[in-house]
Amino acid sequence: MLLPPTPSQTIGPYYGTALPFPGGGDAAPAGHPAAVTLHGHVRDGEGAPVPDALLEFWQAAPDGSLAGAPGSLHRDGETFTGWARVPTDRDGHYVLRTLLPGGAPYLALCVHARGLDRHLFTRVYVTEPPGDALLAALPADRRATLLARPEAGRRTAYRFDVQLQGDGETVFLDWSAGD
Amino acid sequence: MALSEPAPRPAQEQIRPTDSGDSAFAAAARAVALRAPLRPAVPVPMPVAPGTAELSGPVFGTADVGPLDHDLTRQHRGEPVGERIVVAGRVTDRRGRPVRGQLVELWQANAAGRYAHPLDRHPAPLDPHFTGAGRCLTDGDGRYRFVTIRPGAYPLGGANDAWRAAHLHFSLFGTAFTQRLVTQMYFPGDPLLPDDIIRNAVSDAAARARLVSALDRALGEPGRSLGYRWDIVLDGPSATWTEGAR
Ligand SMILES: [Fe+3]
Repeated sequence: MLLPPTPSQTIGPYYGTALPFPGGGDAAPAGHPAAVTLHGHVRDGEGAPVPDALLEFWQAAPDGSLAGAPGSLHRDGETFTGWARVPTDRDGHYVLRTLLPGGAPYLALCVHARGLDRHLFTRVYVTEPPGDALLAALPADRRATLLARPEAGRRTAYRFDVQLQGDGETVFLDWSAGD
Repeated sequence: MALSEPAPRPAQEQIRPTDSGDSAFAAAARAVALRAPLRPAVPVPMPVAPGTAELSGPVFGTADVGPLDHDLTRQHRGEPVGERIVVAGRVTDRRGRPVRGQLVELWQANAAGRYAHPLDRHPAPLDPHFTGAGRCLTDGDGRYRFVTIRPGAYPLGGANDAWRAAHLHFSLFGTAFTQRLVTQMYFPGDPLLPDDIIRNAVSDAAARARLVSALDRALGEPGRSLGYRWDIVLDGPSATWTEGAR
């Protein structure tokens, strides 16, 4: 028999004193030669920036490991923990510094924002892997919303925008079928 | 929820952008109306492939949480104003298995119903001895425990003068990224509960009831604080879940 789950409730506007932490967007160890930047905007259904979203990333290490490591809230400058948390700024912009994942080439992304009854799951693909079942099942225009774009002239920077609603709406994922 | 209609959102119907005289309320209305996706979430094909990142999740350790981070009454030189409480419970998955060593985060208003946050313009006093943020790790049995003060109710603004019932905001991690949970805990017998539009965004009455804690005198400290028990069940698949299902 399965226990009924505790329902989700909106994160609201006041999480800022509790959840963001120094270095939250710095998943890559300081000065790491393979560090890349992933950045972009979060926008609402009218294209306005969302200045109070909180983005959480979880990903494999460069060697493909998904074991993670403690120390995510206490960045020691050395350890790659696989997890990052970064709020958007006043322009709805976020910046993550990380290492590219080994194995499946994506970062799992959880988007929290006031106004959402429940957070949203999506994926940031840094390359488009052949034979990926999830991407293959999507029409091309929707698939494109999950692909980070390498920035022209910068080998170490990627852009990934989150469109919460409307034209170009990001594909969000439903994991409940696994319950 | 497969490729069907999205669940109804009662909060969306009750917070309307027409109350534009109140900027905080207008911002909330805009968020409710313009941030929720219009398309249903795409079901992830199950069972998922081995190595799927979302079936695991971040790990936390003693470096991440200080020994007093769970006690919101001891973060400043003086003691905060308000009724001291202990809030504790157990975090499990849907099979009742404890979620061990995982991060639980808490944030809340002070006893007067005011957040120590620059966007909170409610004209109730700030408390110099209360920030209202805490964190802890679950123990080997999945238990968490916070010492804090009971938060006050606060107004949402708007034409109907809606108020929030007293509540604590919680953030939880499971063993898998898919088990992530952000939610709110309420207090038993609060007369504002039936009209709390955020709590009522959960359409199922039984599910709403699971957001309400229970007075548990055994959890409090005699002569010092009352205890409230709130157990939390995380949803969503995980690697251990998938193994157990086979
Ligand atoms: Fe609140």
